[in-house]
Amino acid sequence: MTDLAWIDAALTSARPRAVSTLLRYFRDLDTAEEAFQDACLRALQHWPQNGPPRDPAAWLIFVGRNIAIDAARRRGKQETLPAEDVISDLSDAEAEVAEQIDGSDYRDDILRLLFICCHPELPATQQIAVALRIVSGLSVKQIARAFLVSESAMEQRITRAKSSMAAADVAFETPGAVERAERRAAVATMVYLVFNEGYSAQGAAAAARAPLCDEAIRLARLLLRLFPGEPEIMGLMALLLLQHARSSARFDTDGAIVLLEDQDRSLWNREMIAEGLALIDKAMRHKRRGPYQLQAAIAALHARAAQPEETDWAQIDLLYAALERLQPSPVITLNRAVAVAKVRGPAAALAMIEPLAPRLSGYFHFFGVKGALLLQLGRAREARIAFDQAIALANTAAEAAHIRMQLDRLIKDNGPGGDAEARRH
Amino acid sequence: MLYAILCYDSEDVVGSWSKQEEDAVMAKLSVVQEKLAKQGRLGPVARLMPTTAATTVRKAREPVVLDGPFAETKEQLLGFYIVDCASLDEAIETAQDLARASSTAGAYEIRPLLLFRPGAGAA
Repeated sequence: MTDLAWIDAALTSARPRAVSTLLRYFRDLDTAEEAFQDACLRALQHWPQNGPPRDPAAWLIFVGRNIAIDAARRRGKQETLPAEDVISDLSDAEAEVAEQIDGSDYRDDILRLLFICCHPELPATQQIAVALRIVSGLSVKQIARAFLVSESAMEQRITRAKSSMAAADVAFETPGAVERAERRAAVATMVYLVFNEGYSAQGAAAAARAPLCDEAIRLARLLLRLFPGEPEIMGLMALLLLQHARSSARFDTDGAIVLLEDQDRSLWNREMIAEGLALIDKAMRHKRRGPYQLQAAIAALHARAAQPEETDWAQIDLLYAALERLQPSPVITLNRAVAVAKVRGPAAALAMIEPLAPRLSGYFHFFGVKGALLLQLGRAREARIAFDQAIALANTAAEAAHIRMQLDRLIKDNGPGGDAEARRH
Repeated sequence: MLYAILCYDSEDVVGSWSKQEEDAVMAKLSVVQEKLAKQGRLGPVARLMPTTAATTVRKAREPVVLDGPFAETKEQLLGFYIVDCASLDEAIETAQDLARASSTAGAYEIRPLLLFRPGAGAA
């Protein structure tokens, strides 16, 4: 790897630790970010000659803090000072700082930085944009591309979000256990949102948003490193890995949706699956189930099946039942119905989803699943009505095309059609 | 004499490599590995999963299981085993058996393998 690529990777990975510690010093996000930027520029000058420091984050914190303090002093005195001689003998100072900032400080600092991005008054898309900008360090241009908006629109959005965050007044004291747990849960949700933003994209947006999945996995890993004993964070990380592992198989070359059972499983990323399975294994030992763990456990059962026929649907049904108890939601029941159809047949599944109709009358996947079940039961006329409703509610061209394909099949042979868990692909 | 060569690097940095960077590094390393293999000198090669997948069994009268990697610096790496286990529970049981058999201080860190090549040479 070239020097520059190495430095770039080191700066990226040091960013959450460095920015979050600088935020604690200065209690102002703009100052912290600016200090980090200045320190990065200094790193680009120093590191190629002097070699990388032992602890890049500590180096950046130390240098960034000095530059910012110096700048403030200069502003105070209204006079200019020489810029280059501020930092003398960096390597010794860096070692000292590394000693001073121990792991537990980092943990609360990074959690605070992540938590600030989850300000409840910010709409989800803004939380995501801000987290990608501040924590992951993506450029405004990169984020704008992912959200399919212009750079200036994204710049405005982030600026606006930052001013509501500055007004939010997040406590800088070390959080108590309850507050820490609350922050952790909010941050986990935000990380999941970042992932979904990438994962749910289809068509032209899919390629532009794919990096969001990688960023979310990096954020989840960061969170897991801060809380190595939290089963829900292990579950979150496992869930993201197991879902993302399928990404190359989820769409065909024309961008059409390929359902789970039709996917070429040799395209699944085995390394991600292996890590996801190891993590869910680890989480389950704690016997403190949560929604992320249950979803990851379901994804794990799909990942373990070498062929679709080998899928353990009975176990998936049980896991969805547990998820329903934990988080009652018609969408979860709908997903469970797909497993029920496999285990107890389409009639049982249809009976299960019929009561959901009033609550899911605007939900594309409801009619997609309903149509598929009716088709299996040989009720072709009703199936067609359900598929037509699904098409009318489709969110994307790919979704509509997928249902049309099932309709074509229905018209052609009137035989049983494929089904799949409501939206799993 | 057989030598183990242990790889240390910043997980943060390695984890932030792009797919292209990762592939480039691995391609360079495999050139070296192939040379060793041709000479019949290459034993097992393993790449570990990230430390976030680690579990640690601390030796004590009844060994304690902790999430996360082995973090102490006052102990040194003295050796390692590669064991085939059906589950993490089985791996932990195995480590606990070892811990009971050698009731000194220390710990066993359990890390799932991401990649394993048994290697033909260096037997």
